[in-house]
Amino acid sequence: MRASGIAWKLAGLTLAVALVAAACGGDDDDAGSATTDAAAASCDKADLTLVEDGTLTIGTDSPAFPPWFEDDDPANGQGFESAVAYAVADELGFTADEVTWTVVPFNNAFAPGEKDFDFDINQVSITDERAEAVDFSDGYYDVNQAIVGFSDSPAASATSIEDLQALKLGAQVGTTSLDFINEVIQPEQEPFVYNDNNAAKAALDAQQIDAVVLDLPTAFYVSAVEIEGTEVIGQFPPAGDAPEQFGMVFEKGNPLRDCVNQALASLEASGDLAAIQQEWLSDVVEAPVIPIDN
Amino acid sequence: MERRRKRRSGLIAAVSTVVLFTVLTAVIVTSDGWPEVRASFFSWDSFTASFPEILRAFKLNVQIFVVAEVCILVFAMLLAVARSSRSPVLFPVRVLATVYVDLFRGVPILLVLFLLGFGVPALRLDGVPSSPVFWATTSLVLAYSAYVSEVYRAGIESVHESQRAAARSLGLSNVQALRFVVLPQAVRRVIPPLLNDFISLQKDTALVGVIGPIEAAREAQIYASRTFNFTSYVAAAAIFLAITIPLTRMTDWLIGRQRERTGGTRVA
Repeated sequence: MRASGIAWKLAGLTLAVALVAAACGGDDDDAGSATTDAAAASCDKADLTLVEDGTLTIGTDSPAFPPWFEDDDPANGQGFESAVAYAVADELGFTADEVTWTVVPFNNAFAPGEKDFDFDINQVSITDERAEAVDFSDGYYDVNQAIVGFSDSPAASATSIEDLQALKLGAQVGTTSLDFINEVIQPEQEPFVYNDNNAAKAALDAQQIDAVVLDLPTAFYVSAVEIEGTEVIGQFPPAGDAPEQFGMVFEKGNPLRDCVNQALASLEASGDLAAIQQEWLSDVVEAPVIPIDN
Repeated sequence: MERRRKRRSGLIAAVSTVVLFTVLTAVIVTSDGWPEVRASFFSWDSFTASFPEILRAFKLNVQIFVVAEVCILVFAMLLAVARSSRSPVLFPVRVLATVYVDLFRGVPILLVLFLLGFGVPALRLDGVPSSPVFWATTSLVLAYSAYVSEVYRAGIESVHESQRAAARSLGLSNVQALRFVVLPQAVRRVIPPLLNDFISLQKDTALVGVIGPIEAAREAQIYASRTFNFTSYVAAAAIFLAITIPLTRMTDWLIGRQRERTGGTRVA
């Protein structure tokens, strides 16, 4: 008696599964055709495929750090990336009121599945590997790596890659800075990796590391504001043929990407992009250059 | 009759297992997002690309685990004995041990890691190591000893009072009774929950990455953020499972054996 009861339940379960599977199969076709239609659309504001109609939804991580954002408020238009985002929105025909910001932790920006942002702007370096998972806009900033250490430490006198190899180095996880340490500096000791600048600062304070590698504008901010007594020991020229660039992140296949690229191109042609960079990142050219062998 | 029933339950178990997994697989594989999920989480190329580095980093997890485990076994035993002591002279020791256990069982390990890993070396005391690996191991020892001491204590309290009385009547001192009569029985009884805590400890070695050292989970994160592909996390999980599953099975086996030895007839 007991056995036959189970058999009935199993039969019911199988049926349910078959139904669910059939239902899912049906959805598949609809989703596919919607994307292809949109790909051919123009960049008129009304034709754009957006997460939320009529608004441009932009993602970035929280907290949002200077000089990319100011006061942890992306919506105030201050800071380099906030300003670039609003300039792009303006080119696309959105007023400032029609832009909403959403918090997108670094990992979520490239998690599979539907994105809850139209694009994400969060100092993400464009690489071929990453481009397999998401689409990038054209670069909006050429970024150099830089190294920060205490002014009174032996690290501060480093002028060459060889000087840096003996140091204990740290980097933030999720940054290309760590790759830079491993591939270009190739230190004698394995580098240490931190969740954020605060942890790297604590490790510097605890003398567990001698220096941190960061992108140059962040390095300036960290040394000037976040970690007292440190300085930008040096910046590095690009390691490869092409400069490392930050790009905006789009869901793979999002047609909005081409429109944003057009907007970026016209901002560059008009000199507006350069002006924004001058306004928010002007002080970053001062650091001494540490040469690297290409 | 008995055999037929056994065969029948075996058959039902097999059918139910096959059906469940077929159904789950069908639901997952036919879902809209499956191609994307497969590419992001189960890419064979990413798996093989990230695996060697993660395995190399996993050595650090094993080192921390082994060193911490030995220290925990000893330290937790001392704590448990201290808490189980009865002499009025040892009252302050009992209080200290109790406060210690309350404190370290109540504070998230992550906080302990940050406090000890970054805080203590920042004091710059002479002779105190600044190595993050040292402080990571210490944090795990301190936190887990609190848990494990409670496991030991449960074992000690499960030994019937008559055992102690008998030992005392044979002329053993309190300490001798504890050492030769109570603890051997207590420890044997708590081996399964002890192993349980060590499986948990093995996984928690993945936390030490937050203060800098590159262990397996961090290595996986580094790969994921470099390539925007999460398969490396699956690779790390596989490596952790390779250690924790045998440990888990061993725990089950020990629990089963203990039940056979101490329990009554098994009811189907």
